[in-house]
Formats: sequence, structure tokens, C-alpha cells
Amino acid sequence: MDRFIEDKTNKVQVSLGGGGEEKKINFNDLKTGGFIKQRQKDLFTVRLRCPGGKITTKHLIEISKIADKYSQKGVIHLSYRQSLEILYVDYKEFSSIVDELTKIGMQVASCGPRVRVPTACGGCEYNPNGLTDTQGMAQMVDKKFFGTPTHHKFKTSFSGCPLDCSRTREMDLGFQGVVDPAWDEPSCTGCTICAEVCIEDAIDADPETGKPIFKADNCIYCGDCIRACPTSSWTARRTGHLVRIGGKHGRHPLEAKAMVNFIPDENVPDVIEKTIEWYKANGVRGERIGKTLRRVGYDSYQAFMEETFKVGSPVKEDI
Amino acid sequence: MSDIKVDDSIDLRGVICPMNFVKTKLRLEALEDGQVLEVTLDTGEAFQNVPKSIKDEGHKIVEVKREDDHFKLKIEKCG
Repeated sequence: MDRFIEDKTNKVQVSLGGGGEEKKINFNDLKTGGFIKQRQKDLFTVRLRCPGGKITTKHLIEISKIADKYSQKGVIHLSYRQSLEILYVDYKEFSSIVDELTKIGMQVASCGPRVRVPTACGGCEYNPNGLTDTQGMAQMVDKKFFGTPTHHKFKTSFSGCPLDCSRTREMDLGFQGVVDPAWDEPSCTGCTICAEVCIEDAIDADPETGKPIFKADNCIYCGDCIRACPTSSWTARRTGHLVRIGGKHGRHPLEAKAMVNFIPDENVPDVIEKTIEWYKANGVRGERIGKTLRRVGYDSYQAFMEETFKVGSPVKEDI
Repeated sequence: MSDIKVDDSIDLRGVICPMNFVKTKLRLEALEDGQVLEVTLDTGEAFQNVPKSIKDEGHKIVEVKREDDHFKLKIEKCG
């Protein structure tokens, strides 16, 4: 079955040599993915590994030169998961293009049933809404987990805030930034700005004093009140990640389910590691974790994750 | 927190995001550090990002008054 690229490789036409010169194709390169067969005979797309979609201008210049040399049409495509793809590359040149990419510190990405390159929004480094260092987290996860074999593809993403630009609801495992607001009464002047900027109806202004009446049930932990408060009476009690699991897009999309809230940065690797462990033990080949969860039951996963999730908080409905 | 001396003022009612912030920023640029700009803004959507952006830029909101359907903010220029 042509489910994964490794199933296809034995069907790829390999005509070794050219002008009497012996050339070797390392099909292990193909099996780790990142080389995607095109319609055109002998031509492949080479997908680069760009965690979080962030790339230095120096790298971009060097990649452009390599793409210009190897892409028979001189084109690059931006993949749906934020990576650069060099199109129209002849498979006979895989070794040379990989060598040249390695020299500039770039690696080829992955396809198939394994942990993919994480995606991420700008995060707290420069995006005003960002609550978490999504770019740093994407780098970390990529280093630690990239290519780990699983039953089917395993996609992760990091959104820095509840706007969720990185679409954690569509990920096998998604992490969305959250901040828990705490209010300090003495420093509050009752200016009502927080009630005005909260678009979730989680803050009313007291008609007498103007001071906030917090409706915790409505809060989605975006931190707008903290950012807007002129006297810093709203502060961050804690910042972390809301963890969503079992989402996917594709022909039959599934929405990920929020399982735990306020997981600190340093516990994210544990969450990923244990989740993969549960998936390996409970899933079957060719089954996304969302399907496994629905088949085996969320309770099984929740029970398995109990220790790991202890550092976080339970999630509210509809978050 | 009242009777703060105002050095300049601008009425941005009817001006939408992000132009209300841009106009605020331009006025602030013309002021010296420590001087105060009074800005009048509609409540609602047009208002929601302005206080956050002012804080992000390092300025201080030193007085807030709510009057019916608008806010009057006094902003102290910092840096």
C-alpha cells in the first residue's frame, strides 16, 4: 500500500550513472522523508526543516543559491507547515544537494509516520499578544523529538495565545499559550479599562467603584486585562500551555480535545514523551492518535498521563 | 489622580483601529518626556487595543475617565 513514502521508494525509477559515472542513491535519505515524489519523472520536492517557520536571512540567501542550482524550474514553495520546499530536484542529485544543505547548517525535513517539524507563531519574543516563547519551544521540540517513529504522522504546534494562529485544534498534539490573571485591589483605581478590553465578558465593572468583577468561567486566559491595566493591578499569576490532543485536518478532520491547562515550559517535553508512549502502546499502524483516542477512550490516556499532568490544572469545558 | 496638567489633547472619536493609535503615537512624538497628552476615544472595539499598545510602547496612562460612550485617557510620554 502506498501509504508512506517508504512504501513508494521501491517504485521510484532509478537509473544509476550518467556518462558512465557511477552514482549511488542513499535510500535511507528517502526513508527519513523530506523527499517527495513529483508527477514529473525523476523529479522530487526537497522539503527543508524549518521549525517554527523562522529562518535567518543568511540561511535564506544560501538556500536560495542552492535552490537556484538544483531546482530545474528555479522555484521554492512554502509548505503548509512553514518549511521551504525546493521543487523539481532530480533524484540523482540528492547526495549533492544534501551535502550542500548540510554545509550551510540546513537539514531535510520528514514525511511519513513520525514526529514532524513543529510549527509555531511568532510568540512572545515580538508579537504583542504572545504569552509563550513558541519559537524557542518549537526549536526545543524539533531537537528532541524530530523523526521519532510513530504509528502515523504526528504533528505538533505552538500558539502563543488563545487567538491560536498555529491551529492547535488541528494538531495531534498542540500547545497554546495561556496566562492566569490575578487582581490586586489596593492598586486598582477603578478605571474600567479592563472591563472594556475584555471581549470574553469575563470582567464587569462595578457600577459603584468601577472595580472589576471577575467571572472566572468566561476567562480564556488571553491576558488582555493584564496588558491594558494602567496601574498593573492585573498581573500574571502563572503562564503556561493549554494542551490539546487528537486533532487533524485532511479528508476527515478531527478537533483536538483540551486535556490539561497551564503546563509550564519545562514540562512540555514530558507531555510529548509520555503521549508518544501511550500512542505507541495503544495505537495501530496507520492510525492517527485522534482515532486511537476515540477508539480506546480519553480516560485511558488521561489515566496514563495523570502524573505528568499533575503540574497543570484541569481544563474547563469549551475552551 | 485628578487635575493632571495636559500639554496637548486630541479627540479620536470616530477614528478606528489602528489609526487611533497611530494618531496618538504621532502626537506623543511631538511631546517631551514627562509631558501629558489627553486622548478621547470611543468605547468598544475601537478602544480595545489602544491602552495595550500605549503600554507596549512604554508610555504611562496616568488618568482614565469614562464619560458615557467614550474614554478620556491622560498619557504621560516616556521615552
